[in-house]
Amino acid sequence: MVILDARNVKRSFGGVKALKGVDVTVQEGTITALIGPNGSGKTTLFNILSGILPMEEGEIIFMNQDIGKWPAHKRALLGMARTFQNLQIFQEMSVLENVMIGGFRHTSSGFMAGGLSLPKVRGEMKALEGKAIELLGELGLTSYAHVQAGELPFGLQRKVEIARALALEPKLLLLDEPAAGLTTKETSDLARFIHGLKERGITVFLVEHDMDLVMGISEWIIVLNFGQKIYEGTPLAVKRERTVIKAYLGERRAKG
Amino acid sequence: MKKDYLLLLVVALAAFALPMILPGDYYVEVFLFMGINILVALGLSLLMGYAGQISLGHAGFYGMGAYISGALSAHLGWPVPLAALMALVATALVAGLIGWPTLRLKGHYLAMATLGLGIILYILFVQLRSITGGASGLAGIQPVHIGGFYLDTPRRYCYLVWALVILSFLFSINLVRSRTGLALRALHYSEVAASTLGIDVAKYKLQVFVFSCVLAALGGILYAHYITFISPETFGFMYSIKLVVMIVLGGMYSLWGALLGGAFLSLLPEFLHRLEDFEVMVNGLILLMILIFLPGGLVGLLQKIGEKIRGHS
Ligand SMILES: Nc1ncnc2c1ncn2[C@@H]1O[C@H](COP(=O)(O)OP(=O)(O)O)[C@@H](O)[C@H]1O
Ligand SMILES: [Mg+2]
Repeated sequence: MVILDARNVKRSFGGVKALKGVDVTVQEGTITALIGPNGSGKTTLFNILSGILPMEEGEIIFMNQDIGKWPAHKRALLGMARTFQNLQIFQEMSVLENVMIGGFRHTSSGFMAGGLSLPKVRGEMKALEGKAIELLGELGLTSYAHVQAGELPFGLQRKVEIARALALEPKLLLLDEPAAGLTTKETSDLARFIHGLKERGITVFLVEHDMDLVMGISEWIIVLNFGQKIYEGTPLAVKRERTVIKAYLGERRAKG
Repeated sequence: MKKDYLLLLVVALAAFALPMILPGDYYVEVFLFMGINILVALGLSLLMGYAGQISLGHAGFYGMGAYISGALSAHLGWPVPLAALMALVATALVAGLIGWPTLRLKGHYLAMATLGLGIILYILFVQLRSITGGASGLAGIQPVHIGGFYLDTPRRYCYLVWALVILSFLFSINLVRSRTGLALRALHYSEVAASTLGIDVAKYKLQVFVFSCVLAALGGILYAHYITFISPETFGFMYSIKLVVMIVLGGMYSLWGALLGGAFLSLLPEFLHRLEDFEVMVNGLILLMILIFLPGGLVGLLQKIGEKIRGHS
């Protein structure tokens, strides 16, 4: 079953064509990776999928709904969550509160109910807190629950973002470079954790530069270069594919 | 936290006792106006401190409350509760209509837009002479009474004002602790992240803006029916600035900042009135000093002192 199907997605910034008509399909229950050199359009695609950036052309079907024109919050309500490459943490709120907000879509009380502190509101907040505490435990963040999120080192802030996204209980989770800045040990822990998400029925779509992590856990890999899909296939196939190797070698040469 | 409710109880008890203890009507009246300032500042604190949306035009909504309720009462003889209700509803509608496009703007642009809005409202207070009485003011506003019981002494009216202050605080504390409060703070720090968690950012900004304007209008209504005569200069740009100073001074990130800042700036003129025209300058100077030396405002200062005391014991 296809959970996400984006067709012919186009987007440019001024003269830069960041995405030149990209098709991606993500099968439900899988871990799919999106790789490609820096500047190839991976984050732009995630921004478009999650609705924080409009596309110029294209179509996005998520859970059999045409969400291409939906605002970001409606996509989240339908079950799409994400993390950010450039962290978007709620800096001056505690770690616990950051994760509690993740569960926003499972609450429903309005402004007036909040101000009057109706029993329903208190119940909701208790539930959000319980859920958040559970997730903090899973990600090893329990001891930071009452620390201001902005004061944590980046590695932990990434984890807070993951916990926050999981609190949404997403059907589809978009992770943008979750291992950036992590040590080897932390990265392998993360790999195990992401792999475990499958058992919870969460489909993962992942942007990552760490090839060990990508090859180790993904079932399908999509390769972008200069805003175009240049290849897609299983990890094994991707490893062998010359165009992919060239794109990466090209980048290394340019860098170094 | 439970602490907030306890503090509110203390404030309520103080507000109950003070009008009886204070020596003479003059001081009771100072306390009364203090309550009105705090009420308006509270709304602004929710908007600016929690949701991170600036308004430099709140005096305009304060004035709308005062003029609508005042005019209905003075010209058409509406009973005060009805006139007040009408003023609140009308202000909410106008705030909603204006907030919808305005709140899409960010930072400096929102500041400019609300500044302009405050000025436009002020001009309306001056120009709509047949309704507002123009520059010479609107007289004949009815005082508040419950049946035959007139709240026409400072002491009686003071209780009405402070009852509403306490209720508004209670509502606001509850609100901050609810999912709405979480959503408001979240969008303050990252609208993008908030929206990807299912928060309809535009809706929440609008709701808190409207609520904030309604509290300002309530303050204006209370002012108008106590003074019974209003004129435009009370509702001008200077008051908008004074409100911002109140919450920055008190501490933006806590509702109690509105209480402390509002109290401080209401008392300050009592000490500074000899300076007359220099009062404005001293206000500005105080704001500057706070920004430089006390970024957390008075609440932040108190918290620091509290930590010191606990640390030493
Ligand atoms: N908001 C933006 N404004 C202007 N250019 C952008 C913006 N976002 C991305 N780009 C450009 O689009 C291209 C793709 O960027 P991005 O999607 O961030 O790549 P990746 O995530 O694969 O490294 C780059 O050339 C980048 O400079
Ligand atoms: Mg990127």
